[in-house]
Amino acid sequence: MTEKFQFNWLKAVQIGLIGGAVAVLVSLIGMVEAFNKRDIIAGVITMGQTLLFAIGLSVSYAAASRVGGQDWRAKLASGTLAGLMVASLIVGLVLLGKVINLRPVLVNASPPLFKILTFNQKDTALTIFYMLAAGAVIGLVAGLINSLPPRARRAVIAALLWVSILGLLQELIRITLTPWPQVTKAVSWMFAASKNQKGLSVLGAVVVFVGVGVAHYLWSGWKPTVQTRLGELPPTSQRSLRWGSLFLVAVLLLYLPNLLGPFLSEVATTVGLYILMGLGLNIVVGFAGLLDLGYVAFFAIGAYVMGLLTTTGGELTTSFEWTFWQALPVAVGASVLAGIILGVPVLHIRGDYLAIVTLGFGEIIRILALSDLLKPHIGGSQGIVQVARARIGSIVFGNAQTLYYMILVACLLGAFVALRLKDSRGGRAWMAMREDEDVAQAMGIDLVKTKLMAFAVGAAFSGLSGAIFASKLGTIYPHSFNLLISINALALIIVGGMGSIPGVIVGALALVGLPELLREFDEFRLLVYGGVLVAMMLYRPEGLWPEKTRQRELHAEEDAPTGEPIVELAGVTSAVTSGK
Amino acid sequence: MSILKVQKLVKRFGGLVAIGDLDLDVKEKAIHSVIGPNGAGKTTLFNCITGFYKPEEGDILLSGESLVGKTPDQITHKGIARTYQNIRLFANMPAIENVLVGLHSHLKSGLVGAIFHFPTVKQEENKALTEARRLLRFVGLAGKGDLLAKNLPYGDQRRLEIARALASQPKVLLLDEPTAGMNPQETVEMTRFIQHLRDELGITILLIEHDMKVVMGISETVTVLDYGVKIAEGVPAEIQSNTRVIEAYLGRGVGANVQQQAA
Repeated sequence: MTEKFQFNWLKAVQIGLIGGAVAVLVSLIGMVEAFNKRDIIAGVITMGQTLLFAIGLSVSYAAASRVGGQDWRAKLASGTLAGLMVASLIVGLVLLGKVINLRPVLVNASPPLFKILTFNQKDTALTIFYMLAAGAVIGLVAGLINSLPPRARRAVIAALLWVSILGLLQELIRITLTPWPQVTKAVSWMFAASKNQKGLSVLGAVVVFVGVGVAHYLWSGWKPTVQTRLGELPPTSQRSLRWGSLFLVAVLLLYLPNLLGPFLSEVATTVGLYILMGLGLNIVVGFAGLLDLGYVAFFAIGAYVMGLLTTTGGELTTSFEWTFWQALPVAVGASVLAGIILGVPVLHIRGDYLAIVTLGFGEIIRILALSDLLKPHIGGSQGIVQVARARIGSIVFGNAQTLYYMILVACLLGAFVALRLKDSRGGRAWMAMREDEDVAQAMGIDLVKTKLMAFAVGAAFSGLSGAIFASKLGTIYPHSFNLLISINALALIIVGGMGSIPGVIVGALALVGLPELLREFDEFRLLVYGGVLVAMMLYRPEGLWPEKTRQRELHAEEDAPTGEPIVELAGVTSAVTSGK
Repeated sequence: MSILKVQKLVKRFGGLVAIGDLDLDVKEKAIHSVIGPNGAGKTTLFNCITGFYKPEEGDILLSGESLVGKTPDQITHKGIARTYQNIRLFANMPAIENVLVGLHSHLKSGLVGAIFHFPTVKQEENKALTEARRLLRFVGLAGKGDLLAKNLPYGDQRRLEIARALASQPKVLLLDEPTAGMNPQETVEMTRFIQHLRDELGITILLIEHDMKVVMGISETVTVLDYGVKIAEGVPAEIQSNTRVIEAYLGRGVGANVQQQAA
């Protein structure tokens, strides 16, 4: 083993410096400090430190896998080097902070931040030593993980992720468990002892790490056999298995509000409204390929029509005082109409230009809602108050837990419609149009009709979401309908996977649900969005849950479609049957 | 009997005359080739027939009915389908869905029907699937229907494009260089296939082609364009010995030599 080993150390340094720059950046914008209030493992490591460690780990991991090649020594060396580079940039920041006061320019370069970065050490030399050592150790660990055999490597990564996720969400888990004191007691060792400390306990972290790691390792060994076994089951039991799991999901969904409690149910309703919007926008952007940046307009129209027709506030010139259910179809209908009205002028506009025009449309609606001109009719900046709640019999959909069910029904309905449309003649026309507008037209697709249909259906989803939103809040203001809602809806379908219906749900949970749970993120929401979008485009452009292409040629043979061909291409049939 | 008639067609792009006063008469169930050097206006002619370009003057008649001023989708409904010189499939859709899109104009179900899955809609979808599978088998793509169009090999993509065009049940099929980029073996197969299309399905074929072996082998009539003007028309043998044609392709002076060789 005396052969000389070489590696491209310059490349490792480069990757490390990029990571270091990111680490310095997140420190200086205040993210590390803001996250430091939450512990991942109580008393050991905070979320802020975890963020820095995560940057160090992933950068060193990247260096190890890109530079290290197949040689484990090179992997360790490049990982360590990259880790050192990350640490040295942070050291640079700390030293700079000691020499000059950075605060006048960089507000977040505060004493608490430096305390975090320096592990609360006073002595400069010792600090530098500690920091560099930490960086090197992290890099070494990343290199070690990278040189593990694939199965073990995946298990370790999964275990690390689970520890961080459980640490992050421990509050949520505890709230969920409150109805069951026994369970709470049984798992209390997992979490931090005192109430003001958050995060996992040391023991909890170790158990989760080992548990998840071992489970993942074993499962990755069993998975192929289990899958083949399942595949070998007779179709009837496969079907009952599928129905069984669906039933379980249904029960869980129905029971969820009781599990979540009021605050988390509130989060769930927000996520639900976004899912509904995402499903609609997915039809417009994902299926039909029409980039719509003014999607909030239809949301606003749905909300305003609902508000206008049901308000009992009496500040407007008109007073309808309809019930929610009377107003709902009108609200959705108005959105559809608006979708068509927007659609007509943009029929011949494609791509970027379409995005700009729709962007303008969204702003026009918001500004109209704010305008003095329409103030007597729709309330101007004061908005509309006392929007009716939905009622069925004695049930009032007033709080999050009841609204949850209404939104759940709307989402299920939306998902069902989207699924059905996707595999229909109209859905194919949308996708053909997305792929190549000219050729789609040459295949006999009426572009005018197809485009308007996409805008109209998309608007219906958004209008429905808006109408429920208005009733949920009880009051609506123009500023609730800003561009950010369009951006959110678009971002969640990009992250979830363009054109994918489960992707919309995953995207909404990730982009709307998570930030609601981690309120520390709030300030940095847009930054994280931007980062996530860039990362997604670079490493996983197909999204978290990409659209699956259905197996139709061979699979559908089982459904045995029979009957005469619809197109009487006399020759085709005879040519095929005569054994071409 | 002629099925497709082009009368005094003129198409200009700014000052450039892409097609100047062109007359074309395509006989029913014929294989009619249009040849000519690059830039002669062949693809422009296709684009005029299929409604993507609006000609400045002249008329295009399909079985006596004018196509000028109609949108491409309307023209497809009338019975004209085409393929493209540079393959233009719906790349991110499976092969079979490409064919299903081709069937679009023969299906009726709307969005409401699709949502509620009315029995008629289900039946129609099943029939469409059956037909799409048949078409795939017909062009020799059986078993490849679930692959994304972009993942098919080049020759298969050409075949899929034809299957998609056939799905719209055309009376006239416009093929724009169907053998472009193929090796000799594939070219022979494609030539045979085109002949087969006409013989089995009775579809009239209008063909743009550069490969003279293909053109001379299967066409009944050949029309030669140069700078948007028809310079010759006739059976392959006549065209092969036509001095103007040879000059258009190879330049003045070469014509005589080639003629000797041909003889």
